[in-house]
Amino acid sequence: MSAPASQPLDPMIPRQFRIEEAFAEVGSGEVYSWRLSPLDGEPLRFAPGQFNMLYQFGIGEVPISISGDAEAAGLVHTLRAVGGVTKAMQKLEAGEVIGVRGPFGTAWPVAEAEGQDLVLVAGGIGLAPLRPAVYCALRHRDRFNRVFLLYGTRQPEDILFREELEHWRAQLDLDVYVTVDRGGPGWHGNVGVVTKLIARGGFDPANTVAMACGPEVMMRFAVMALQKHGVAAERIYVSMERNMKCAIGYCGHCQYGPHFICKDGPVFRFDTLQPIFDVREL
Amino acid sequence: MDMLAAIKAEPFFEGIPEKELALLADCGEAGTFPTGAWLLRQHAPAKHFYLLTGGLVELKAFVPQRGVVTLETLGVHEPLGWSWLVPPYQWHYDARTLEPTTALVFDAVRLRHEMEADHEFGFQLQRRVIDIMAQRLQAIRMQSLDVYGLPGGAFL
Repeated sequence: MSAPASQPLDPMIPRQFRIEEAFAEVGSGEVYSWRLSPLDGEPLRFAPGQFNMLYQFGIGEVPISISGDAEAAGLVHTLRAVGGVTKAMQKLEAGEVIGVRGPFGTAWPVAEAEGQDLVLVAGGIGLAPLRPAVYCALRHRDRFNRVFLLYGTRQPEDILFREELEHWRAQLDLDVYVTVDRGGPGWHGNVGVVTKLIARGGFDPANTVAMACGPEVMMRFAVMALQKHGVAAERIYVSMERNMKCAIGYCGHCQYGPHFICKDGPVFRFDTLQPIFDVREL
Repeated sequence: MDMLAAIKAEPFFEGIPEKELALLADCGEAGTFPTGAWLLRQHAPAKHFYLLTGGLVELKAFVPQRGVVTLETLGVHEPLGWSWLVPPYQWHYDARTLEPTTALVFDAVRLRHEMEADHEFGFQLQRRVIDIMAQRLQAIRMQSLDVYGLPGGAFL
């Protein structure tokens, strides 16, 4: 479906990428995207769900999921200015150069959903790591039965990739539902948590592959709703987040029970995590 | 419209014995509502129980000095309101359709009477309403957590 992911020659040495375009995704730019191109001309191939380590020279390095199309030219990342590094990165402009290590980690098993229903559940900025899976499903739409994108966020002005969502929703072969926790006077769509969209169903639970990405507590409720609706744990995938540093399973910063999120994840089949999911000490 | 078949098609009523389903069918009818129709009005007697079969309904609360706030929206397969089960049987909120909406509309006064007369029937219906109430409570708790707010990781 997508080209095999690139294998970095030395995974600890960043390649240089130029920011071709930097743009705000929501509001005042707290969430922003970069379109990057490699200085060495060698494209970075990745699979949907994988991440890169982005390095602002002299400032620091952060793990960021890839939010662009795995089968299109260019590398796109969507970041939220939430910590020291991502706030510094927010000030970078087109033409500046950053370091990129990757791609790392496991991918969304989009091909596994072929011949079945595909249900993508995203919360907040969790839509960014799922977007490559949406692109993949759209490029190969005939390989799937029904495809659902269920997206929840805080309020209408926080809706990520709004134009794309509207475009996707206009397509007759994609079921896109958006809900917000708090509607405003100009909002005439769904209000409520994203799990309610799961409960409305429309998919065949026995022949569904579901993928969820968002805050961990949201994924917990999403998984519960999917299971209540009849989707088995081995048909549900979640993308986990921990403090990743080396990205290759050496440093142990992202250890999660017996797993390293950077190497064994970030995408996990839920039944492999179920015994430790929601364990407070982890 | 075959009311019994429509009731059987709704997950909310799954598992209810045939006899009780027939009773439900006898208490209800299919309703269609245009966009902007008010299904519930705050303080009005809760005379009907709605089970939505299509469309979208917003549940709204009037907050002094803030105006009308949408609490949540309800769609297909979802019951609308439970004040018809709880004294003083008055709606606490407003509900208005956001798009053309269809519903199974039950006579709540008669349902209450039948539930009182036949506790097995009452139990079957009440346990389902409690399940819905629990789901809504969980949803409200999740909303109150503001899970999409900061702080959060940079990874996503």
